[in-house]
Amino acid sequence: MISRRDFLAAGAALASVGGVRRAAAAQAITQAQLLEFAPLGQVTLLHITDLHAQLLPMNFREPSVNIGVGEAGGRPPHLTDAAFRKFFAIADRSPEAFALTSDDFVALAREYGRMGGLDRIATLVAAIRAERGADRVALLDGGDTWQGSWTALQTKGGDMAACMALLKPDAMVGHFEFTYGQDRLQELAKAQAFPFLASNILDEWKEPVFPDRRMMVRGGVKIAVIGQAFPFTPIANPRWLMPDWNFGIQEELLRANVAAARAEGASVVVLLSHNGYDVDRKLAGRVAGIDVILSAHTHDAMPRPELIGTTLLVASGCYGKFLTRIDLDVQGGKIAGWRHRLIPVFADAITPDPTMAAEIARHRAPYLADLGRVLGRTQGVLYRRGNLAGTFDDLICDAMLAERDAEIALSPGFRWGASLLPGQDITAEDVYAATAITYPACYRTSMTGAQLHDVLEDVADNLFNPDPYYQQGGEMARLGGVGYRLDPNAAMGRRITDMVLLRTGAPLDPTRSYRVAGWASINQTVEGPPIWDVVSAHLRANPEIRPTDRSNVKLVGA
Amino acid sequence: MGETGQISRRNLLVTGGALLAFGPTRADAAASDAEITRILAGRTAKVTGLTLDVPSIAENGLVVPVNLSVASPMTATDYVRAIHLIAPENPIPLVASFRFTPASGRAATSMRMRLAQTQTIVAIAELSNNDVLIAQAEVKVTIGGCGG
Repeated sequence: MISRRDFLAAGAALASVGGVRRAAAAQAITQAQLLEFAPLGQVTLLHITDLHAQLLPMNFREPSVNIGVGEAGGRPPHLTDAAFRKFFAIADRSPEAFALTSDDFVALAREYGRMGGLDRIATLVAAIRAERGADRVALLDGGDTWQGSWTALQTKGGDMAACMALLKPDAMVGHFEFTYGQDRLQELAKAQAFPFLASNILDEWKEPVFPDRRMMVRGGVKIAVIGQAFPFTPIANPRWLMPDWNFGIQEELLRANVAAARAEGASVVVLLSHNGYDVDRKLAGRVAGIDVILSAHTHDAMPRPELIGTTLLVASGCYGKFLTRIDLDVQGGKIAGWRHRLIPVFADAITPDPTMAAEIARHRAPYLADLGRVLGRTQGVLYRRGNLAGTFDDLICDAMLAERDAEIALSPGFRWGASLLPGQDITAEDVYAATAITYPACYRTSMTGAQLHDVLEDVADNLFNPDPYYQQGGEMARLGGVGYRLDPNAAMGRRITDMVLLRTGAPLDPTRSYRVAGWASINQTVEGPPIWDVVSAHLRANPEIRPTDRSNVKLVGA
Repeated sequence: MGETGQISRRNLLVTGGALLAFGPTRADAAASDAEITRILAGRTAKVTGLTLDVPSIAENGLVVPVNLSVASPMTATDYVRAIHLIAPENPIPLVASFRFTPASGRAATSMRMRLAQTQTIVAIAELSNNDVLIAQAEVKVTIGGCGG
């Protein structure tokens, strides 16, 4: 096991570059340092997740608000900034502070440069396979890989599948992958050299739609990898895109699959999960026999795994910012020791893998002219991630209010979406990276104040229900034109109060009808232009964006 | 339900009430109370042995899958006579009553039910020795969206 001392030593090695200029950072953080790892035992698991089709290095600001409710309150991953750094003993202004926390994001981004890039990840994966021997390594993709960019949307996930194939993953699971429609998903899944796993998806005859697990031998050890799709996909995303499949957490199926894997001789049982961190933590305490849960969906990056009973709970962040390596020492059919590292993918420090770089370029080439169109410029940081609000979503809401002549705008609380730095051009590609979904129509409707309140209460319960099994949602829906008070710890129906129409300062009238614009509706019959056209039109009219912290949501009791 | 213990009708209703207190007004609280009272017939139900398997969040409130089962030998002297399913917030709370005999072989059934809104579903099993088993589970019916 990695000790706290080892961890601090590793952190200190990276922290020593604090204060250097970006130009020097490439030398100060080296590829060799990022790969530094004292190998242990026979097996290495590599985990990458929630890439959201980000083939190139980019900036991704971690949340400054990440509220845990119930048992999750006040413990990681529901810690941010100074509290997060204190818990994990991360030095201020260090590379890991930049990678994992949000305050000082702009200054540190200029210092340490972009993160991620599939060509950089390919280099790291190849190096680890070479060091360990490929027959000891399993590379597992936690899903939300094939969606999130314009090229992925245009190729219906094809570009991502082609690039990921070069990494040779051993299994993957999914969430937004299903929003290409169940037929396309099946087509892509069947074309891969590795299984697309889902222990928790059944058809109308209660038959499994996908393989539930993959048995493999690594380093002479029999390993079972069981897959878990995002359990609430047909609720959080449009049901009509996957009409014949039932999801859910399906604990009983999982127990049966764990038992079957053990019966087939697995010494190590891994759950490749897209449940989300809090759901996985609860599940770890209820489903016995899982050695490692590779968690995804909630985009949490944990520098150390959490141990729930005898189950290691691992979270590897998102957007290609991190690659997790876990070495396992297996003795007598059991895990006798483990070592873990959340490897930050500092793009400037890693030599891109030329084969992957060429493949990425090949898929981007037909779209480059469109992607590179400059639509505007931002004077402040644009970001999305956070429980309550994000400046990129403010921009999207402003666009809907202006372009769709609405009093109120509703934008989904997605956890993906890249960040832009002050002074940076806003390109078409940046807008797509925040909006590229298969149900993008920007609708216009009327809702009463009471209906809006109900919607917000529903969304809040999907995020702040104290029982993680009842949390199906993303972050809070973003509102344009309306402010409100939020008490996450209140009961359903009482979390949202004091809703105010910001333009007039008047309380929202429960009985009055308001003109509302929104996008990403899960209903099938939605009309309106795609949201990226709405945002582009707004930027043409207002090319200089000045993001501010609007604080339209007053947080109480948390 | 993993815990062993006893739950009275009153406790059950109190628990249910707490969960539902902030939802819309109960469709017909008296109707579901009456159904439960009628089935219990003065007996105290045990909170063990009856498996009520429902999704935590309904994918579609119109067709919510339900699996009900009791681990019973189903012999002439030891069998499950009936399993009842109650959705207190539905206009007609008693969703179904399944009758079994030893010839049924297994005390298990599956169905789909319509749920008007988020609520705590109640299942009650009656055994041949006059014991009663009870299980509850909350099913959330949400407008969905915003996932991700």
